[in-house]
Amino acid sequence: MSNAHTAIHGDHHPVDPSVPVEYHEEENSLRIAGFWVFLGSDLVLFSCLFATYVVMHGRVAGGPTSQQLFDVTGFTIETIALLFSSFTCGLATYEMRRGNRNAMVTWLFITVALGLVFLGFEIDEFVHNVSIGATMQRSGFLSAFFTLVGTHGCHVTMGTLWMLSVIIQLIRYGITPITARKAFIVSIYWHFLDAVWIFIFTVVYLTGKVV
Amino acid sequence: MNGFANWAVHFFMLDEGPLIWLSDFLIGCATIGIIVALTYFKLWKWLWDNWLTTVDHKKIGIMYLIAAVLMLFRGGTDGLLMRAQLSWPNLHFLNADHYDQIFTTHGTIMILFMAMPAIIGFFNVAVPLQIGCRDVAFPYLNAISFWLFFAAALLFNLSFVVGGSPDGGWTSYPPYVENVFDPGPGENYFLVALQITGIGTIATGVNFLITILRMRAPGMTMMRLPMFTWSVFITSIIIVFAFPVLTVALALLLIDRDFGSHFFTVTGGGMPMQYINLFWIWGHPEVYIVILPAFGIFSEVVSTFSHKRLFGYSAMVVSMIAIAILSFIVWVHHFFTMGAGPGVNSFFGVSTMAIAIPTGVKIFNWLFTMHKGRVEFTSAMLWAVGFIPNFLIGGLTGVMLAVPPADYQYHNSYFLIAHFHYVLIGGTVFGVFAAIYYWWPKMFGVLLDEKLGRWHFWMFMIGFNICFFPQFFLGFMGMQRRMYTYPAGYGWGIINLISTVGAVLMGVGFLIFVWNILWSARFGQRDTTGDPWDGRSLEWATTSPAPEYNFAIIPTVKGRDAWWLMKKTGESINGPKGVPFRPIHMPNNSGRPIIMSLFFFIAGGGFIFQWWVLAIIGLLGVLVTMAQRSFEYHDHHYIPVEEIEKTEAAAGRL
Ligand code: HEM
Ligand SMILES: [Cu+2]
Repeated sequence: MSNAHTAIHGDHHPVDPSVPVEYHEEENSLRIAGFWVFLGSDLVLFSCLFATYVVMHGRVAGGPTSQQLFDVTGFTIETIALLFSSFTCGLATYEMRRGNRNAMVTWLFITVALGLVFLGFEIDEFVHNVSIGATMQRSGFLSAFFTLVGTHGCHVTMGTLWMLSVIIQLIRYGITPITARKAFIVSIYWHFLDAVWIFIFTVVYLTGKVV
Repeated sequence: MNGFANWAVHFFMLDEGPLIWLSDFLIGCATIGIIVALTYFKLWKWLWDNWLTTVDHKKIGIMYLIAAVLMLFRGGTDGLLMRAQLSWPNLHFLNADHYDQIFTTHGTIMILFMAMPAIIGFFNVAVPLQIGCRDVAFPYLNAISFWLFFAAALLFNLSFVVGGSPDGGWTSYPPYVENVFDPGPGENYFLVALQITGIGTIATGVNFLITILRMRAPGMTMMRLPMFTWSVFITSIIIVFAFPVLTVALALLLIDRDFGSHFFTVTGGGMPMQYINLFWIWGHPEVYIVILPAFGIFSEVVSTFSHKRLFGYSAMVVSMIAIAILSFIVWVHHFFTMGAGPGVNSFFGVSTMAIAIPTGVKIFNWLFTMHKGRVEFTSAMLWAVGFIPNFLIGGLTGVMLAVPPADYQYHNSYFLIAHFHYVLIGGTVFGVFAAIYYWWPKMFGVLLDEKLGRWHFWMFMIGFNICFFPQFFLGFMGMQRRMYTYPAGYGWGIINLISTVGAVLMGVGFLIFVWNILWSARFGQRDTTGDPWDGRSLEWATTSPAPEYNFAIIPTVKGRDAWWLMKKTGESINGPKGVPFRPIHMPNNSGRPIIMSLFFFIAGGGFIFQWWVLAIIGLLGVLVTMAQRSFEYHDHHYIPVEEIEKTEAAAGRL
């Protein structure tokens, strides 16, 4: 969009070159703001799932408890993979700001790969639980566990698919204000999922291993 | 084959008797009638191009309103059926099962499929015009919100003739609604339909929050916003934080029912109380979601028809913010009787009563706005003036309910029913009617008839009081909500009969309203000025209906009541003469929102009937449409200068 016309978002202000590329158009900055608000509501969603989990934690109905179930190696690897992926995702944004498309795409690919590692271990954990009879039908505790951790897992799955679609667009069109905005939004989504995971790691896994 | 026939008969509820057959027949006739009429008049393309694929906030607003009025009819019919059943002791016009289904669909439809689309419809109709911009921040997302609501409403209403209606009440408390006690698809319809419309509502909240924060015309500071826009802003914040809680409550219950988990069951470590908490953490903010925009509407109407600026603007804003905050910390007042203990109950009792303070501030502000004003009693103003005493009754009885020990008496009695109808009808529905009379010319370029409008108001207002005032006394006399019949000898019969008469009068009022719409469409006074009420905010600066782009040149705002100021100083909305037009950048129409919501509908069907293939197809469809959108780069067009000049010349603004 040039300055020669007037958009639905009102008349354009001239672009300030000191602003990062993803904010270069009014519409992009609107979308980024909108996405922050969406994350706010997603945070409420997770809070409710956490609250439910905490309420349900002791309600095992004679079934396995969190202490018996959780596997330290598994969730440690998951945590490391996801935390590290947030770091690589940040590096992608850094390269984006430097206009370095190839490096950016590489970091995004690594992020996706780490996301897949995370998902692989999570699925493995779920399959293992189910195989020993610890299904979500077993007890209130397990219903809440699978739903909370599973909802986060679904988010991560969506995030990887989304990131792949952004990678394709970056390869096709290069770093433009639009692709930059898309990459930036998916990256804040990714960091958000990382933050939620830190809470799952402490509230569900660490606490669950102790109490 | 025989097995299949049996299944189909049951599935389509043909074994339920003549009421269902009649409904099937009527639905069939209406559908065929619509299809034939559209084909005969060759309107399919017009419908698709102008409405089904539109991303224009003004049209989306109109579609929301049409849907809301239809749902008011459906919900109202449910209400009349209930009042007929209760009009006298020992009636068996409806049996217990049917009565349960009807009060469930009545409540659910009225709150989520009537009140919500009605107020969101007015968000769309008025907000972008009031803040001087060309559309909402995310027009495409706005279309998705609407079509999600539409798909959900369709799904919910379908339950009446396919598979059976839900019967757990609009609050849908477990453990009753768990599979053990309430098998069949009915409850699933409730959960899935609300889930789908809830997603759309969250998107609406995000959309209007950003629209109001970021798209105001130059000079339109927050403290110059029209009060309706302020109320939408606060409401959007409540939506964004409250609706995800509903999403979780519904999802967990659906997981219980579809996949056999134990969130809210009585066995397996479930905890029904957790649902009830989640439900009301959403539910109480929800009642403020539907009342705050009505407050905003009354502020506009009262100030316009008193021909005065709104009294106590800042106090209005502050009290809305206070209400929004308080609305999140009162939810326990819906279950004082469930044993939370005196400490908890006292806290929530006091926080609930505190809401009466900012609400009272607002009432006084409306009164002072009228004070010494040149008050003009148009139909819109009648609804606003009628609102004040009726809402006062609702609010004061609310404070009575907020006293925990007293609530042990009133809880779940007809006293409660009367309370929330006084606030929901006397507040929200009156507000919606006021808004309809007020903004109708802006939406359609025609005024609704004032004489019919007065009949509509008085019939509905009197009927409403005859219907609901006696219910306070029924509550004192011990009549409980949700009972399908009652024995003679309690002295309830005659009071119930009076109440039913009132309900019929409200029905008559509604019919007068429909007649007014039809009559005015044909004979109504045309609004040629765009400013029939001598209005104060920017929507009245445009033609009625406003051009596609709303404002040829984005106006510069110099104070509160922006349009009023421009009229005072003789300024044109297009600014000083001779400023050249420039091409206007507008979003393209898109068929994808409606297709996406069709996939939501399909997935919803899958989750309702546990046909997993269908659910997977639906969800994949949703994913594919989302991906397509991500790869769509050419979704805008320009309106050329010649076209703008032509439109503006026709409006006499050159
Ligand atoms: C001063 C303001 C208000 C106060 C103090 C208040 C208080 C209460 C209390 C204490 C209850 C629970 C009573 C019980 O279950 O025993 C209640 C129920 C209810 N209120 Fe209000 N209220 C107020 C305003 C409103 C408004 C503005 C609305 C909606 C527009 C509303 C809608 C409802 C509904 C729908 C219920 C019943 C829900 C159900 O159980 O089905 N109230 N109110
Ligand atoms: Cu409440």
